[in-house]
Amino acid sequence: MRLIALKMLFGDSAKFYGILLGLTFATLLITQQAAIFVGLMSRTYALIEETPQADLWVTDPTMQFVDDTKPMQVTALDRVRSVTGIEWASPLFKGLLVAKLPNGGRQICDVIGVDDATLIGAPATMLQGKLEDLRKTDAIFIESRGANKQLMQPLTADKNGPKRPMQVGDELELNERRAIIAGIAETRPSFQNVPIIYTTYLRAVGFAPANRRTLSLILVKALPGQDLPELQKRIQTQTGLTAYTPAEFSWKTLDYWMTQTGIPINFGMAIALGFLVGVAIAGQMFYNFTLDNLRYFGAMKAMGATSRQLLNMVAVQGLAAGVLGLGLGLGATALFGLMIPGDRLAFKLTWHLPIISTFAVIVIVLGASGLSMWKVIRLDPKEVFNG
Amino acid sequence: MSGEQAIFCQGIAKTYGEGESAVKALRGIDFTANFGEIVALVGPSGCGKTTLISIFAAILSRSSGALQLAGVDPDAMTNQDRTLFRREKVGFIFQQFNLVPQISVVENVAIPLFLRGENRSEALDRAEKLLTEVGLHNRAHSRPSKLSGGQQQRVAIARSLIHEPSILVCDEPTSALDGATGQRVMELIREQGRRPDRIVVLVTHDERIYHFADRIAHMDDGLITRIVTSDVELAALKMAAFEKGKIK
Ligand SMILES: Nc1ncnc2c1ncn2[C@@H]1O[C@H](COP(=O)(O)OP(=O)(O)OP(=O)(O)O)[C@@H](O)[C@H]1O
Ligand SMILES: [Mg+2]
Repeated sequence: MRLIALKMLFGDSAKFYGILLGLTFATLLITQQAAIFVGLMSRTYALIEETPQADLWVTDPTMQFVDDTKPMQVTALDRVRSVTGIEWASPLFKGLLVAKLPNGGRQICDVIGVDDATLIGAPATMLQGKLEDLRKTDAIFIESRGANKQLMQPLTADKNGPKRPMQVGDELELNERRAIIAGIAETRPSFQNVPIIYTTYLRAVGFAPANRRTLSLILVKALPGQDLPELQKRIQTQTGLTAYTPAEFSWKTLDYWMTQTGIPINFGMAIALGFLVGVAIAGQMFYNFTLDNLRYFGAMKAMGATSRQLLNMVAVQGLAAGVLGLGLGLGATALFGLMIPGDRLAFKLTWHLPIISTFAVIVIVLGASGLSMWKVIRLDPKEVFNG
Repeated sequence: MSGEQAIFCQGIAKTYGEGESAVKALRGIDFTANFGEIVALVGPSGCGKTTLISIFAAILSRSSGALQLAGVDPDAMTNQDRTLFRREKVGFIFQQFNLVPQISVVENVAIPLFLRGENRSEALDRAEKLLTEVGLHNRAHSRPSKLSGGQQQRVAIARSLIHEPSILVCDEPTSALDGATGQRVMELIREQGRRPDRIVVLVTHDERIYHFADRIAHMDDGLITRIVTSDVELAALKMAAFEKGKIK
């Protein structure tokens, strides 16, 4: 009877395609919006992921997320270095500065200053130039998205005239000071989506206005065999600063964006909408499909179909519609992910997300087929005798 | 099976609902029928025909009275056993055919076998053979909607007989068909349906098909008022119908 049930579903092409379309669309909407949300949220801690050398990130205790730079005293670095169990500690400057382009255009940039001696925290992948070039006079690196977009070099004096991507050897001004592009790096997109400029710590402090020439973060590498939680406690008690593991710092950052901004609500609403579309289109159509076929279910019931057999039929129909709709929807989402350029739209399809949409489809299908099953079970077989 | 009565009922009553809204659909039916017979239940609308045939088909429980269908009392069974009883022993022909529209004719015929969990290809083979017997072999793989009303009812007849039921119930099998087609459908029911080990119960208000039955039970207001048994009375009925020009 399962085959008959499937044929009943596939044979009713108008309803079947309607159910399929509804489930596909709901899956697409839910998964795609969730993937964009995850992508966007994972950008908030991109810097932490870009800097895998650090075992601990030491910050001012009031700092809420990685971009929330709270100035620390310059002496903080020495205080941290004096804590036992540390292999090295290196300073990191992080701050938004205005870059002035040769034609007078201005662009806010995220400036990251890495330790002058070790260059720890500098980008790992260089597209043009090499890491050592950062030691040259007035040298900065910019990442490729900024170079190819916001920091395009105008070819004429006209601001709206033709432009070319910024290259090694080009110049900018950061706070009235000259900066020379010594390399183009590839980095993960950040949440703020402003160009990221890398330079040395001292140069970065030099670029910053006088009141912001401060230490933002300290990267710490523990000596081999150190108990990290113990080290964190030691740093906290001896320096009054807070030390996070990369995972803790990422979570803290994520938590800030999740709880202090309207972003989750926004995406939550889009995802809820996807769910409602599924219920309204697919769920309702499935229920209507059962209602349309109620007289045949009734005839089968009279002919001796057990409740179990009838429920089985509805379940098979629900399962088939659910699996196909979910498959198509996930396929469409993956296709969408492949088609959009990675740095344009944050889109991160982690393995958790299909589980969420699968769960949503299960709820829709169970709801609709549950209602249908109830109808079929309550059916009075005597009704089939009435024309 | 011989000697055993196909249907035995005594003082069967059926009341729908309770209290003030209760409807007494049957008010004491005494009726017996033997295997090999074709009996018709006839009477005005609302007299209780569908109620009685539903009880004979073990899909409706009586309120009171004694009942034996093929030697057993369906109301003494659990719901599940009653369902299995229908699956084994009862065949159904409906006024509105009730063929599943999305599957082929031959699959429709095989449904009672599928319900019993029989092997699919064997079930389809048997269904095809039966379709040959009702003259629809060439339509076996069509969808029901491609067939005329008369052809659809033939398919339904094949479906009702494929599991060789002991009780065949037909509720107004011709009322969705024109006169000539109805006659042919009834001929087919008599030819294919009548078996020494089967009772055929027919509900109709179509006088033109009365003569297909061996006995005609006239019902009125929840009671059987008279059962026309003799060939003479049957002939008289046929005569009257003939005079009205309804049959030739
Ligand atoms: N489920 C029900 N609930 C309440 N009353 C019912 C129900 N089914 C039938 N009845 C009533 O029982 C009586 C007998 O109904 P039944 O359907 O058996 O008549 P019938 O002889 O088949 O009529 P028709 O020729 O119109 O089909 C009628 O008065 C009908 O209204
Ligand atoms: Mg009726």
